[in-house]
Amino acid sequence: MTQSSCIDVPSGTGSRATRLLGLVVVGGLVAVVLLGFFVAPQDDQQRDAVRMIFVHVPSALLTYTALIVAAVGSLMWLWKRSVWWDLVANAAVEIGVLFCALTLITGSIWGRPTWNTYWDWGDVRLVTTLILFLIMFGYLAVRAAGGDDSAVATRSAVVALIAAVNIPIVNRSVEWWFDRTLHQKSSLTDGNLENMTLFTLVVGIVVWALAFVWAMIHRFRVGWLERELRSVDLQESLIARRAEVLSGATTDPDPHTQGDDR
Amino acid sequence: MTHLGYLLAGWGITIGVGVLYATRLIVRGRRLTRRVPAGRHRWMTTQDRP
Repeated sequence: MTQSSCIDVPSGTGSRATRLLGLVVVGGLVAVVLLGFFVAPQDDQQRDAVRMIFVHVPSALLTYTALIVAAVGSLMWLWKRSVWWDLVANAAVEIGVLFCALTLITGSIWGRPTWNTYWDWGDVRLVTTLILFLIMFGYLAVRAAGGDDSAVATRSAVVALIAAVNIPIVNRSVEWWFDRTLHQKSSLTDGNLENMTLFTLVVGIVVWALAFVWAMIHRFRVGWLERELRSVDLQESLIARRAEVLSGATTDPDPHTQGDDR
Repeated sequence: MTHLGYLLAGWGITIGVGVLYATRLIVRGRRLTRRVPAGRHRWMTTQDRP
């Protein structure tokens, strides 16, 4: 043996790479706040309310990203029965629900100064996003309901795929039903953003994407540990039960006299 | 600056929720790491020290 290796026993789900990534995210968020509030210019119509774009659009894009990751993970689970992919899908949906909630909340707050309303039930994008949120929430409910790990993974994979079908509907709704929405068309592709606004938006998207990666790694590891813990608990229960049965057998050779409390 | 209240609410909620979730993940991960035997920490160990 020419080289000995030492395995670090971690104290948590963090590692050197995730700590570095976390620092980059924190630094990036500070930069986005400074750019968003002090460097990016006002909009002619919306004035400073336009600065909501730097939190609202990244949240929406990461909701889509999370769901695409969840859909891939779910397909891989259904195809290969790979626990790794099931945990990836679960992590992605949990984080996606968070981003979807933030999309709805920040959109609602942004809507008040620009549209004079927090919510409009006639707006197709708002309603389809809410439906997406509820389906993703349903995914978490299916997982929380418990049961056999494999059956839960299969049921939730189906829910994730149904949710993923909703992505193009949410995204294209402003084009397909342009007369039934208060939303404008894509801010990123219509070319109407000021240079500095566009730059800050892109920085915001990159920083939130890195935050998503950080959260995915940690949430995946938490999911893995939860699964391992269930397995350890099950093994310990079996060992305890076996010991109980064996000790019962040595004190009373007739197991039928033990009753139901064995 | 116009609409400062809306901006602070939107940005504050976004960053606040992000920080809370990150903290929750770290705490949950530490608790679980203590309870799960070291031999089962797959995906978490690093062999980066010679």
